[in-house]
Amino acid sequence: MPLFDRKDKSRYATFTRRTLIMTGGMASVMVTLAGRLYKLQILDGDKYMTRAKDNSVSQRLIAPLRGRIVDRFGVELANNRQNYRVLLVPEQAAQGVDAALDTIGRVIALTPHDRDRIRHDIAMNKKFVPVTVAENMSWEEFARVNLHLPYLSGMQPDVGETRDYPFGAELSHVLGYVASVSPEDEAKDDNPLLDLPGFRIGKRGIEKTFESEIRGTAGASRVEVNAYGRVIRELGHEAATPGADVYLTIDRQVQNFVTQRLGDQSAACVVMDAQNGDVLALASTPGYDPNLFNVGITNAQWKALTDDDHTPLLDKAVSGNYPPGSTFKTAMALAAVDNGMADLAVDCTGSMRLGDHIFYCDAWRIGGHGHVDLPRGIQVSCDVFFYEVARRLGIDKMAEAARAMGLGSPTGIELPGEVGGFIPSRAWKLARFGIPWQQGETLVNGIGQGYVLATPIQLCMLAARFATGRAVVPRLTHQVGAMLEPRRPPAPLPFSDKAVAMVREGMSMAVNAPGGTAYGWRITQPGFEMAGKTGTAQVRRITKEERQNGITPESELPWKDREHALFIGFAPFDSPRYALSIVVEHGGARNEPQVEFARDILLYVQQRDPLKMRPAYPMRAADATTGFVPKAGG
Amino acid sequence: MSSRPYAAQRRALSIGEKLLEINWGLVLLVGVVASIGFAMLYSVAGGHFQPWALPQMMRFVVGLLLLIAVALVDIRVWMSLAYPAYGISLLLLVGVEVAGHVGLGAQRWIELGPLQLQPSELMKISLVLALARYLHGQSVEEVSWPLRLLIPLAMIGAPVVLVLLEPNLGTATILALDGCSLLFLAGLSWWWIAPTVSAIVAAVPIVWRFMHDYQKQRVLTFLNPASDALGAGWNISQAEIAIGSGGFAGKGFGQGTQSQLNFLPEKQTDFIYTTLGEEFGFVGSAGLLILFAVVIGFGIRIAMASRSQFGRLVAMGLTLNFFFYIMINAAMVMGLMPVVGIPMPLVSYGGTAMLTVMFGFGLLMSVHVHRQVEIPRHSAGLI
Repeated sequence: MPLFDRKDKSRYATFTRRTLIMTGGMASVMVTLAGRLYKLQILDGDKYMTRAKDNSVSQRLIAPLRGRIVDRFGVELANNRQNYRVLLVPEQAAQGVDAALDTIGRVIALTPHDRDRIRHDIAMNKKFVPVTVAENMSWEEFARVNLHLPYLSGMQPDVGETRDYPFGAELSHVLGYVASVSPEDEAKDDNPLLDLPGFRIGKRGIEKTFESEIRGTAGASRVEVNAYGRVIRELGHEAATPGADVYLTIDRQVQNFVTQRLGDQSAACVVMDAQNGDVLALASTPGYDPNLFNVGITNAQWKALTDDDHTPLLDKAVSGNYPPGSTFKTAMALAAVDNGMADLAVDCTGSMRLGDHIFYCDAWRIGGHGHVDLPRGIQVSCDVFFYEVARRLGIDKMAEAARAMGLGSPTGIELPGEVGGFIPSRAWKLARFGIPWQQGETLVNGIGQGYVLATPIQLCMLAARFATGRAVVPRLTHQVGAMLEPRRPPAPLPFSDKAVAMVREGMSMAVNAPGGTAYGWRITQPGFEMAGKTGTAQVRRITKEERQNGITPESELPWKDREHALFIGFAPFDSPRYALSIVVEHGGARNEPQVEFARDILLYVQQRDPLKMRPAYPMRAADATTGFVPKAGG
Repeated sequence: MSSRPYAAQRRALSIGEKLLEINWGLVLLVGVVASIGFAMLYSVAGGHFQPWALPQMMRFVVGLLLLIAVALVDIRVWMSLAYPAYGISLLLLVGVEVAGHVGLGAQRWIELGPLQLQPSELMKISLVLALARYLHGQSVEEVSWPLRLLIPLAMIGAPVVLVLLEPNLGTATILALDGCSLLFLAGLSWWWIAPTVSAIVAAVPIVWRFMHDYQKQRVLTFLNPASDALGAGWNISQAEIAIGSGGFAGKGFGQGTQSQLNFLPEKQTDFIYTTLGEEFGFVGSAGLLILFAVVIGFGIRIAMASRSQFGRLVAMGLTLNFFFYIMINAAMVMGLMPVVGIPMPLVSYGGTAMLTVMFGFGLLMSVHVHRQVEIPRHSAGLI
């Protein structure tokens, strides 16, 4: 074998040639790579720069502090309290989540239900996201957790803010409550705050009406996050703007007294400044504890509220429609005077015949009221007198007068869910039942039965309108944040002064003259005397046989079948300053509890006289010049 | 130096002479590239030498000593060790299959005392050595003889199949490319090359059927990264964002948000090049490509200057191996190729890779030091 042969030469040439080919290949690959770099970094650099920033910079919302709700003297009715809670960071639990929960279970009480929820929350989040183990802890519990903290790996004590209603059920129907955001809420409101875990929004009452003002504006924290969403550092911080404080016209002391006085009755009571409609108390009993909805209501608690036949969740003062009964006669009397019936007198025999129907008066058993003129008709609440008034007026004029007094449509009080009561008309009757209006219905509606409905807030407004002769409109707020609520002085009523004066005289007689329906519960303290009108509303129909065989006494009827007891009034009777309405559901007719409540409440509010005390909010120029604002701020 | 009389080369060089013969320029260049790697590892660790930069430096020092030691050994010794090395590497690959360590869903390591050995890395060098040794004995015509061609094809095929079984598509690709390149350089006839390339193109659909799901997924998401931007396409899109956001001059050392904030997977190994692109921009990433091109240029010159066919093939084979690493890694992180597990040589963190690359440079340097040595076509080496 030759050591070297000629073939080696050709081999070298081939190698060289092919190496050059490969070098060319490598060079073109290198150029391609460099070209790709040029495309990515020079041509598209800005695009990728933006995407890298989007990747790593994240905006975190900071929840604003909810505005407070205070009464007219600055007493906090809804505020934010510190929420002592303990959080668990799963990845920091040295012995695992279960061991960590076992350990803290020896310090604070944890139910199996709590543990399930915690495990569920942990499963839903990344391992470094803190999960709430317990919140709304007492100071003692919180202190105990802090004491044992060295043994509680992964646990973080934390103080947050949560809504608090210091007076609980007393103001539940004024304030409403806040609760977790529901999917429906999110559909209506695209504010990103709603997506924050644990965020609460107003669901009822003032909390709902002024949600957008009370909520405040979210702050933001721009943070740099890594690929797992962990915050590396904060790049910028914009503090949240706290929500506006709401100043209510409510006087918490009066509200408290009203609630106490109504006790366990299913009742509603509104007390207002008769001159300008400022609502001093708005109670609907029983209430509920609004704090329950904030911390999370249990199924049992919810069931108890919904199953209660006293309907604690219903705000009866603005959402309760009641037949106004005899309180409605006041409005009819007003129309009567202005329709030429100022001197009308009726001889009441206990009943009135219209066609082949007999319409009874309450006094039918004792042979009627005898000679009755207008003030006396109000005083003794003579049905026959008002049958005659209704017959002469006709339903059209009756409805016109009732609407002029503010009945039949919502008052516009700053509460959600207000209903407007109801005033019937011929057109409505025909459309609803296909039957024309019957004259008998005119009579029945003339004494506040039949189709007529009114809410307690409307009835209180009615009382205030009689008291002042002006179209007073109720309101609940003076000021929301820095904004002053604009307010025009109430216009005079479209009735003659004489008419108003006559009705007031009748209402005064009903309370203060012997024989008046409320005489037994008059205020005897000089200077504090009230005027008013009682009412009862049947919730069942009294049959002819029953009337002949003797009507079952109210006290022997089941609670649900008893009549509603109503009262509207104002005081002092000669220069009214406070107006009131009260409805006691199924309060019965014979023991008149509502008048007793009204007497105590009107006496209390006059003796306290909150209108004479300087309110916490600044007075408006408009109020100062109208003369309707009582001497506020002595 | 090539003008030196042939007779003078008969005398073996002393150790000192060999040390002087080492191309220190190339060694310096390798050191510069490795230093860029240290800097990047320091950066992705958030400005710390641990856990990557310092171990990598220590390995580089060991690798440097290995390079010099390998360079000093006579090229003919390496020639005679070629077949045994190939045999051992093949046995180790089989061993991995049998008793391999399961990591990342693929069997790639063998535990040798404290060392985790990747036989597929060894095989890259062994295959080049063994093929060069075999082809050294073949004339240009003989290379293309069908029966003689069977032997190198088997030498390439066996490790490629074993590595594919691990499974490690990236390394198998590099082994196949290395082997085929050497056949091409040795003068394989175009009559073989043209039909084979056509056949491979035709075989793509068949290969597709035998691929693992994760391999298919990689190819699919490569073809359309946006289709699965948060899943399998994540790697590609995040790597592109990292490189692209570097712009012309980069965000600055240690300022790369993509890599610092863990948006990049495998940021210290396969995706280290994206960090360079992000923090030093086009200047840095194209600069590294130029440094690599210069290293490759050194390799080509060394191959052309060698007087033995073995030396030429070894030098060119190793240079190409180095190039294929760079090509696949860079193309992969730039979204030009599917994601396969191939590190960037000298820069990526990794023990076996660093040592094999330095061993390869040692062999290249040995070819350079012994470039005047002529080896008869039918010689079996020195031992």
